[in-house]
Amino acid sequence: MIIPHSSTTEDWDYASAPESLKVSVAEVHKLFIGGKFVKAADGGSFPTVNPATEAPLASIANAGEKDVDRAVRAARKALRGWRRTKPLERGKLLYRIARRIQERSRELAVLETMDGGKPIRESRDVDLPLTAAHFFHHAGWADKLSYVARQSTAPDGIGVCAQVIPWNFPLMMAAWKIAPALACGNTVILKPAETTSLTALRLAEILQEVDCPPGVVNIITGAGDTGRLLVEHSDVDKVAFTGSTSVGKQIARSCAGSKKRLTLELGGKGPHIVFADAPIDQAIEGVVRGIWFNQGHVCCAGSRLLVEESIAQDFIRRIRDRMKMIRVGDPLDKNTDLGAINSLAQLNTIKGLVETGVREGADRFDVKCALPERGFWHLPTLFTRVQPSHSIAREEIFGPVLSVMTFRTPGEAIARANDTPYGLSAGVWTNKASKAYEMAQQLRAGVVWLNCFNEFDPASPFGGVRESGFGREGGMQGLAAYLREEIGGVR
Amino acid sequence: MKKRAETLKTWKLFIGGAFPRSESGRTVELRSTQGKLIAHLCDASRKDFREAVESARVAQVGWSAATPYLRGQVLYRFAEMIESRRMEFVDARQLLGTSARVAKQDVECGIDRLISLAGWSDKAAMILGSQNPVSGPFYNFSAVEPAGVVVAIPSIDAPLSSTLSLIGGALAVGNSIILVAHPECAVQPLLLAEVCACSDIPAGVVNVLTTDPSSLAKTAAEHRDVRVIAAFASGRVRHTLRAGAAENLKRVSVWPPQSDLSTDYWGSPTFLASFTELKTVWMPRSL
Repeated sequence: MIIPHSSTTEDWDYASAPESLKVSVAEVHKLFIGGKFVKAADGGSFPTVNPATEAPLASIANAGEKDVDRAVRAARKALRGWRRTKPLERGKLLYRIARRIQERSRELAVLETMDGGKPIRESRDVDLPLTAAHFFHHAGWADKLSYVARQSTAPDGIGVCAQVIPWNFPLMMAAWKIAPALACGNTVILKPAETTSLTALRLAEILQEVDCPPGVVNIITGAGDTGRLLVEHSDVDKVAFTGSTSVGKQIARSCAGSKKRLTLELGGKGPHIVFADAPIDQAIEGVVRGIWFNQGHVCCAGSRLLVEESIAQDFIRRIRDRMKMIRVGDPLDKNTDLGAINSLAQLNTIKGLVETGVREGADRFDVKCALPERGFWHLPTLFTRVQPSHSIAREEIFGPVLSVMTFRTPGEAIARANDTPYGLSAGVWTNKASKAYEMAQQLRAGVVWLNCFNEFDPASPFGGVRESGFGREGGMQGLAAYLREEIGGVR
Repeated sequence: MKKRAETLKTWKLFIGGAFPRSESGRTVELRSTQGKLIAHLCDASRKDFREAVESARVAQVGWSAATPYLRGQVLYRFAEMIESRRMEFVDARQLLGTSARVAKQDVECGIDRLISLAGWSDKAAMILGSQNPVSGPFYNFSAVEPAGVVVAIPSIDAPLSSTLSLIGGALAVGNSIILVAHPECAVQPLLLAEVCACSDIPAGVVNVLTTDPSSLAKTAAEHRDVRVIAAFASGRVRHTLRAGAAENLKRVSVWPPQSDLSTDYWGSPTFLASFTELKTVWMPRSL
């Protein structure tokens, strides 16, 4: 979304620049269990559509109880051999996967955009590079775990991992889950979200290509029921979930009576704080990137803008001007900034919360522009005159909607920022370094971006505090989520 | 009068630096293994618990703002004071029917553990945090922070060493703590409260409630100002703690009540990590 800030560009029309690669999609997709593609036991399936056109893309197998059980058994069976595989050999397999993803990245990016609706520029420049990097980074960890596990000289994985991921970064989330699990010697059953199964299944093809031992990674498709069957399966040792806080709580409840280890990466309502002494031009771009990246389908989105009162009027005017330059439309067009909303259900959720915002008394602003006739679309939306008690200031919208509030002192900014049960991300813009670091210290969040926003790296631990979940993904600390914890012996 | 009558102590709770009775007025009998009545302990109620959380929440702000060096000194001083009264702890345990050898082992293990953990106050962050080499022009680091208010349930089998492991772990990294001690192991934490009250640990940073933990497990797990549950528990209590915590996603660490408190784990960064949160900070670098 880097467009030069200039009033003249507003009137220019961009010629369309469609992505030229055509990716073929098989009509029927099966489950990936024990290294093979298999039909669902009861033959069940569901369609997946392109959210930008509403055209059906393929039919996906719907995994039921028998299939889940079969996948867990395949993962259990593979565990013994995988655990005994030399750590460096495990790492070498991950390196191979990383390389194949790099080689096939254009195809995967196009497929990601077709199935999920995100702009090709983002799937090409963000999702795919980060996916490959995550495998590459963790490949190197596999033979270095004894330097990380503090209580054990021979660190071991936890066992069979059930991993359930969301639809906002489908392939990247698969990488965040699979790479550390495999590096630590676990086996995996991954369930992608039902609206975005295609790239995960293409990853299954890659796993076949690189001779990943059968059963080490199993990928089963389906909706919430499949996910529930998977995390509640009695032969699972570890559950990792990324998704909404409400589902995260259900999973925590269902695991409460078991010995399963659990990590949760859940929702957020990220505060994005802009001080009067901020580098304003960069801050504008940061705020735009914070909320309109990936249609706002980002758990760590900066969805609450807190601007220092003395600059608020001018800053909001400039955000509005900048919003007019966001191009909404065909995600496969390389000029597109904001693609399609992932599903009709999510579009309705966003619309509902926007209506609530208006009803509760906030001022709504959105840009006027032509939208395609078919598909799921939502214009970039800005709310001012938002009160901290408003639903749009408290609830995660998971769409391109920004709520703006103001503050007078740093203390007030911190109090308002921390007034949420969530604690995933926060952003601060100021040119005063001491203030930036003190803000970082006092904000309740797992990730704090100072003078930047929505930056990710496999070497940087990501995850939340409070109701945004627990456990980290990435970096040294992320490995702890997949290593068996050695505690003192039991007498 | 043949001989002097012994003065029996009235045991009370320890909340916010004071020693109140339970607001409920309820008590619970403490008897030795031979069945001799030792004391009537206060049976802490949910209201007592909520008051303890309020004290702990306020006190934690100041305690976490103290420098790590100061926290280390305060905890070391706490250990010195326990050491000078160690026979009192041994005697109290013996009175309940535990052998002198076992009682002494528990006390010595506990004091040594506290000294070890005190030393982590200005070091844990070095081991648990990191500077992260991200692929871009950013300075990126992950730092540990105290989680906040900790509710802890000591082990009945090792009352002093488990209590001091929990206090040492939670306090070294800047948390406050509410101990919920089963009457059977309550005397050691209550004696510790007396030491604590005249130590340099600020009021409210350590609180001691006595009751069967199963009666407060649900309240503790569901309380939104409690950030961590660290408990020696099993069976139903373990399940209640984890199910309650699922409603607000607080952190729960549960260890088997029979855990061996003499192992290195209880002095390790892995144990300390139970009481911390991790924050990752990104800052661009440029001229």
